[in-house]
Amino acid sequence: MTEYPPLDLPDDPKLAQNVTHFMRALRKAGLPIGPGAVIDAVRAVAETGFTSRTDFYWALHALCVRRPEHRAVFAQVFRLYWRDPRFMEHMMSLLLPAVRGVQEDRSAQAAEKRAAEALLDGAEPDMPNLHEDENEETLIEIDASATMSGEERLRSLDFEQMSTGEMAEAKRMLAKLSLPVKPLPSRRYGASPSGARIDARRTMAQALRRGGEITQLSRATPRPRWPNLVVICDISGSMSTYSRMVLHFLHAVANHKGAGWAQVHAFTFGTRLTNITRHLRTRDVDAALAAAGREAQDWEGGTRIGSCLHAFNRDWSRRVLGQGAVVLLITDGLDRDAPEQLSAEMQRLSLTARRLIWLNPLLRWEGFAPRASGIAAMLPHVHSFRAGHSIASLEELAAVISSPDDAGEKARLMAQLGPVSGQDGWRDAERGAER
Amino acid sequence: MQTPDSIDGVETLLEDQRYVCGRGLSTAMFLALRLGRPLFLEGEAGVGKTEIAKAISKGLGRKLIRLQCYEGLDASSAVYEWNFAAQMIALRAAEAGGATDGLKDQLFAEEFLIERPLLQAMRPHEGGAPVLLIDELDRTDAPFEAFLLEALSDFQVTIPEIGAIIAPEPPIVILTSNRTREVHDALKRRCLYHWVDYPDFTRELEILTAQAPEVSAQLSREVVAFVQQLRTEDLFKKPGVAETIDWAKCLLALDVVTLSPEVIADTLGAVLKYQDDISKLQGSEAKRILEEAKAALEPA
Repeated sequence: MTEYPPLDLPDDPKLAQNVTHFMRALRKAGLPIGPGAVIDAVRAVAETGFTSRTDFYWALHALCVRRPEHRAVFAQVFRLYWRDPRFMEHMMSLLLPAVRGVQEDRSAQAAEKRAAEALLDGAEPDMPNLHEDENEETLIEIDASATMSGEERLRSLDFEQMSTGEMAEAKRMLAKLSLPVKPLPSRRYGASPSGARIDARRTMAQALRRGGEITQLSRATPRPRWPNLVVICDISGSMSTYSRMVLHFLHAVANHKGAGWAQVHAFTFGTRLTNITRHLRTRDVDAALAAAGREAQDWEGGTRIGSCLHAFNRDWSRRVLGQGAVVLLITDGLDRDAPEQLSAEMQRLSLTARRLIWLNPLLRWEGFAPRASGIAAMLPHVHSFRAGHSIASLEELAAVISSPDDAGEKARLMAQLGPVSGQDGWRDAERGAER
Repeated sequence: MQTPDSIDGVETLLEDQRYVCGRGLSTAMFLALRLGRPLFLEGEAGVGKTEIAKAISKGLGRKLIRLQCYEGLDASSAVYEWNFAAQMIALRAAEAGGATDGLKDQLFAEEFLIERPLLQAMRPHEGGAPVLLIDELDRTDAPFEAFLLEALSDFQVTIPEIGAIIAPEPPIVILTSNRTREVHDALKRRCLYHWVDYPDFTRELEILTAQAPEVSAQLSREVVAFVQQLRTEDLFKKPGVAETIDWAKCLLALDVVTLSPEVIADTLGAVLKYQDDISKLQGSEAKRILEEAKAALEPA
């Protein structure tokens, strides 16, 4: 019989239980914590004692945090779990829009929501239960173990029709997606046996190694480079669910190492244009979106596509579209501005971008027709027009983003627009100018 | 010529070269000369970023070495290249003569070295260190920017076969960028920074008078007032000082005495370079701007 060394755990079973639950919450919040760490943590806590809250915090911190971006999550989970007895109440109010406004006295901080979801999901029976009556109506279902068929269903499900649990799962799926892009030829050369140019430097170096004998000429070929991605995302009221999900997706694309894109620039607009590129680089997706939300004051407001695109063209297009960037425009095209201005700005944008792809969630409706004046004004100028309402549609986008001829649904919808607007964006704009 | 010992000295020096600049730019230039730090100039196209390098090199009597950046610029075009053809011939000749001893040292001697702008700038020059202009840095790519870090902080370049070549006296370095992309902070941190803005009416008039003295005073005033007014309009590309000077010279060539909407319509291509902007100014717009410009001139 194997002899196990006796576990030197403190006598208080409540503490061990609490630490265990805390560690499980951390794991659910995304920190890589193995079972061994739980034992270590209980030991560490027993070693440091409870005299100082700071010591307690840093003892657990030392065991649980492995990367800088974990710190925010850890701090939130810790605060919620050990210090703030009102957290349940507050998080319930955040998670359920129905009771929002009644209890919400401050907004959620970065990673707080995730911490709360982790804590609430599969809550221990002896968790501190502050408001027993309320909990009945505030039951939250999070189906973390998605079966294959469930995943398939989620793929085609409209973002707007997802429940909180499905949304959480969808976010996880989106985080794994990427937008693979084909490289572009550049003017820098790299060695290649079948290259078109003779690499004199390398030939010479090789010849020297063989005492001056040139056995073959080294050749060079242009080394590929990666294009930039510029995303301009509508965050007005009608788009809010989609833009949130798409921003989740973008965060994954921007932080996905080796996925191609040299740089990902992101802008949001409603009534005004905001550059959120810097925020997107924050590793924690919740912190990134929260920062972006603070920066963009016009979240869920009205839409003024024409003037926002004008602002983009004037202030940013030269700076971010310089090296052949692909532009992803995400909007429903329902605009308050004059269609003439919108058309001119779209033309300018499509002339400066390498490719202009429009993602429109409205396209999910059967029999969608470009009747709205804004959509009719924008459509002739885009290179590709696609739906962007579900994971499947974003996956489709990933599949075609590199193919230069992909036009999505553009041709079909242009036909519906009728001969008035014509096929050619150039002539359109000229007509606009004559008017 | 010695470098000026005051900001006023820099201003006089530049004025002698017909370069009129604001106090901010002359201060930055003075500090760059004094501290031996590179000067990083950013601003819209045509505001005179490149010109200041030319002016300072002429004013100080130093050689101007220009490195024009482009996408794909690499060390062999920016720093040095070996003359491979000559090396190859030397190699064959040595083989034929049977004297291959110490060949490697001979092949990588300085006579086979082709110096490109950065290396040239590190060499000693008669009459003092040269002015090194690294123009439109935003056109190159991040790897080259990173490469510049060594060259600009230590003023040395390394050639593997020879070793480090250290500048006996740091060159006066001026970098320019049109801001078509952001240059990395690491590079900016090593430089003094100045944003070159459009000049105000008085200064632009001074510049125009200095650059195109043959244009009549009245026309110059009108041209500058019109361009100043034009910059307040919502344009895709606002005209720079270079455009103002070009336009004034165009008008001179056409024997124009005073601005009128017709003249403007005919010569607008010298000022505005985008079809969108030009079409915006067709018809009554040009007339309105001209009237506003003339109204602004009245009290003077």
